[in-house]
Amino acid sequence: MKHLALLAALIAPVAVLADPNPADWDAVKAEAKGQTVYWNAWGGSTTTNDFLAWVGSRVAADYGVTLEHVKLTNTADAVTRVLAEKQAGEDDDGAIDMIWINGANFAAMKEADLLFGPYAEQLPNWAVVDAAGKTVQTDFTVPTDGYESPWAMAQVVFVHDTADMPERFGSMAALLEWAQANPGRFSYPQPPDFLGTTFLKQVLVDILPDPSVLAVEATDENYEEVTAPLWAYLDALTPNLWREGKAYPATGTAMFPLIADDELDLSISFSPGAASTAIANFELPETVRTFVLDKGTIGNASFVTIPYNSGSKAGAMVVANFLMSPEAQARAQDPAILGYGTVLDMNAITAEERAVFDALELGVATLTPAELGTVQAEPHPSWATRLADDWTDRYGVAQ
Amino acid sequence: MKSRRLLPVLPLLTLLAMLGPVIAGLYGTVLPAFGHLPAAGLTGPTLSPFFDLFDWAGLPRAIMLSVGVGVGATAIALTIVALLTAGWSGTPAFRFLERLLSPLLSVPHAAAAFGLAFLITPSGWISRALSPAMTGWDRPPDLLIVQDPWGLTMMTGLVIKEVPFLLLITLAALGQADTRRSAAVAQALGYGRLTGWLKTVFPRVYAQIRLPVYVVLAYSMSVVDVAVILGPNTPASLSVHIVKLMSDPDIAMRLQGAAAALVQLGLVIGALVFWRIGEGVVARLGQRWIMGGGRGKIDPIMCILALTAGGICAFAVLAGIVVLGVWSFAGFWSFPDFLPEQFILRNWMRHGSGTLAALGETALIAGCVTLMALVLTIGCLEAEYRYGLSISARGMWMLYLPLLIPQTAFLPGLQTLMLNIGADVGRFPVMLAHLVFVLPYVFLSLADPFRAWDVRMGTIANALGARPDRVLWRVRLPMLLRPILTAAAVGLSVSVGQYLATLLIGGGRVATLTTEAVALASGGDRRAIGVYGIMQTGAALIPFTLALVVPAIVWRNRKGLRHE
Amino acid sequence: MNKGLTLRDVVITKGGAPLLRVSHEVAAGEVLSIMGPSGVGKSTLLAFITGTLAPDFSATGSVWLDGVDITHAPAHQRRVGILFQDDLLFPHLSVGANLAFGLRAGGTKSDRQAKIDAALTEVGLEGFAGRDPATLSGGQKARVALMRMLLSEPCGLLLDEPFSRLDTALRAQVRALVFARAKARGLPVLMVTHDAEDAEAAGGDIVTLTPSP
Repeated sequence: MKHLALLAALIAPVAVLADPNPADWDAVKAEAKGQTVYWNAWGGSTTTNDFLAWVGSRVAADYGVTLEHVKLTNTADAVTRVLAEKQAGEDDDGAIDMIWINGANFAAMKEADLLFGPYAEQLPNWAVVDAAGKTVQTDFTVPTDGYESPWAMAQVVFVHDTADMPERFGSMAALLEWAQANPGRFSYPQPPDFLGTTFLKQVLVDILPDPSVLAVEATDENYEEVTAPLWAYLDALTPNLWREGKAYPATGTAMFPLIADDELDLSISFSPGAASTAIANFELPETVRTFVLDKGTIGNASFVTIPYNSGSKAGAMVVANFLMSPEAQARAQDPAILGYGTVLDMNAITAEERAVFDALELGVATLTPAELGTVQAEPHPSWATRLADDWTDRYGVAQ
Repeated sequence: MKSRRLLPVLPLLTLLAMLGPVIAGLYGTVLPAFGHLPAAGLTGPTLSPFFDLFDWAGLPRAIMLSVGVGVGATAIALTIVALLTAGWSGTPAFRFLERLLSPLLSVPHAAAAFGLAFLITPSGWISRALSPAMTGWDRPPDLLIVQDPWGLTMMTGLVIKEVPFLLLITLAALGQADTRRSAAVAQALGYGRLTGWLKTVFPRVYAQIRLPVYVVLAYSMSVVDVAVILGPNTPASLSVHIVKLMSDPDIAMRLQGAAAALVQLGLVIGALVFWRIGEGVVARLGQRWIMGGGRGKIDPIMCILALTAGGICAFAVLAGIVVLGVWSFAGFWSFPDFLPEQFILRNWMRHGSGTLAALGETALIAGCVTLMALVLTIGCLEAEYRYGLSISARGMWMLYLPLLIPQTAFLPGLQTLMLNIGADVGRFPVMLAHLVFVLPYVFLSLADPFRAWDVRMGTIANALGARPDRVLWRVRLPMLLRPILTAAAVGLSVSVGQYLATLLIGGGRVATLTTEAVALASGGDRRAIGVYGIMQTGAALIPFTLALVVPAIVWRNRKGLRHE
Repeated sequence: MNKGLTLRDVVITKGGAPLLRVSHEVAAGEVLSIMGPSGVGKSTLLAFITGTLAPDFSATGSVWLDGVDITHAPAHQRRVGILFQDDLLFPHLSVGANLAFGLRAGGTKSDRQAKIDAALTEVGLEGFAGRDPATLSGGQKARVALMRMLLSEPCGLLLDEPFSRLDTALRAQVRALVFARAKARGLPVLMVTHDAEDAEAAGGDIVTLTPSP
């Protein structure tokens, strides 16, 4: 008897230290109560910050979890921090509990064993996610293996002020022509900003005769050959950019005030609904509309991931699960709030929940899902890193 | 009883609080710069981080930018201040500028930079005011003003803040250099007002303000927040690049960042040496000019120019704050409208809770840090008085050291060091980091008034049977209420304006008004920037206002203390 | 030794060179006048006696007050009062609070208030307790400064040219007041002055300091 009790006493703390099992959802909810989750997410967009604040109030009310939004300028900062903590031996209670992440950052963390999981597919709301129809199980061609859970779909759209630029065009070649006819009215965020790099990828995907070469890792042999048309294109485009390409807006959201100021007529965005949201917030004139290219545009999913050394894994899983709930997804899609695309399968949710989605006013500047057309796949992350570095060498230091 | 044991230790404690983090930070930077980072399994010494750094194509331009902007901004600010004081000291116009100094100084650098940006961009307020009536523009011209590659806008942003600072320091120095009589003698000898002052008084005054000028130089070369807001990004200045490198997940990049930090330190030291040599050259040229005996025929023109320059600086800062305010209440506002289409409260409601939370954090940190700084400063000064320890010229250098070493050179190193020893991030380490910068300013602000106190009062109080502690608390400190409140206001505004210290040492968990505002810079949401900018300025301005108002109220029946 | 202020073989040096030498006894109720040109060190001597000698000076010799050697006592325990040229009333305290500052501890609040009022009446300033010191005239301030010092019940009084800022009419008046009060309380007084009239009115010994060669 005595030995049993001793053994139980010894095992109990160990059991507490073990990671929560996402399959046992009740245990997860119980453990999550009272935890504080530090969600490191990009803080450059006030609409997104507001949405995260709303998520915080909901998880506090329903699950007793306190959500703190740590505003980042660069997701790589969070990756650095977890890496530094791992090197310093901080394995139990790191400063970061959840990261809004995708692409190269996710690939880096996964490879360095910095993530907790797999957990995504065991979350209750995974059942209503459109795993078949949307790219939520691969992240820039890298399989997620359940180490990150999706919460929004993004697709590149072009944003234009119809008061000054009434026509839309269907290809990057047409964009170049337009820019040459209207110099100084277009720009893109400076790589390695996420959206800026995506612009480079979009150009490449559009002008390459066979973009499937981008689905595999870039090699030293084929990189030069594949990207040559891109640099030729940019050499022609850059002198016709805003500020003659000598300065670039820092991020995608920085471009909207420039349109409002009448400095730009054309910009790009990753969120089909962002333009409508901006109009509603007085940030863009009401004449702004969006369009996509004839061949379609690049799209991807936004994920959240949990570092291996988070001290509030249960709380983080609760938040991740809530983000995939119909309530949160509908709110995120509402252009008055955020205007992001949803990851859910409309056929998997109940009729009442579907009605909420149908009732959403997409917004005057938002394209319908049909109009958004083809979603082109993201290239392999290695292309993005190389493109960003190469761009910096060619255009990122003053000529 | 306690103070007898504690007091002599305080000067040492103060030095430790100021220099300890700097030295620790430098140590945490030097080792990785030479490739030694045991936590990542790397051992040096090797020069590869430096070689990697030199491979960066943007390095020469970034260096030229740092040095050019630093030296340029300092030289321009100093020239404006010298000419302004030379031509106008003692006149009513000057007294008006003096009264503006406190509000101008309290505006944090980031807020002033934002305000300037919103004023002078091609679609900024000035352009809107002049269009389309005077300029005929119906869309903004495609001019590269903000973020121009030569860093001129960045230089302007620095100059408009440095001019009030140097002016304040110069005014303090004037009091000690018996200037009015010299200037009168020079004018009696037939010299124009400006030339006379420059030839007779400026050399003496410069000797007093030399160290603050060095501080301005070091700061201008290594500032991060103003560079992010106004500086170019193709390539960015060296300090911005260092911060980017130090946050990169790739370890090789972080070693490069440490190497770059050392390069920056070297540049600052080099610039200081160069400036020192420049002082000698200017002194020799000045001697020749004095021997020439020219009476200053172009004085009137120079006076007007100087006043215009000073006025422009003041206008830029104040108008910048106003435009931030307009943006914070703006509905849809497009070019070329001078005012927004509608004024709404929504921006304030939206960011209200966020700004209040940040304000609370800012106030808590600033309050604690300033209190600590005051305690240490008053303790040191009292120890100096009681035990006859006096701070020599070498001591003054040590006081200025934390301000002369670029923040980018030791703060990242401090962050790495803390991580390696497992120190938790959060508010308390941030407070200690702020203390490093707040202490020198509080000390400099309080030292002269403290020492200028008539010690015979102390003698009398002793003779009346009061112990030294009683003399301090019942006589000296009450009489020094105004300088203490002013020093507190200075300390609070320095803490409010800190950016890099909060960002790096706080590990992202400490959100102050300044970190939030600069984080918004990349997003371009002008309304949010307006709200945060106004809150930031208010947080710094209110203590200065209190420093003026409270003594007036407390001493309303004490004529002897009201007119200091 | 008994009542009075005694300076025994006091030598004050600065940077190794001797500045002045004094050795004298001042009986209770008597006034010793110390005269000499500016810079000879008169104020330094007073600083030595009050215990506030600046660090660049050093001194040997001893000071005895009412039979107690106060040479090495802390400045606040010496029971020696001092009046300067300027009244040096604490500007942040009212006249009454200034007086209360020096009042020795003890007694109830009303006792202390009574003592303050009595002191003010003694010099013809009754009802001035709540006044701002900066609003008083020169003569009034000098009187308040004197009473502040006397309320602390010193055993000796030092005067550092205390009348030189007052105009001639006032000077004689205040001087007489100071000497009368000191005599009434039996205090030895050491006065530093370069006005021969002051020394004459004091009526006591005169020591003239000459600068050391």
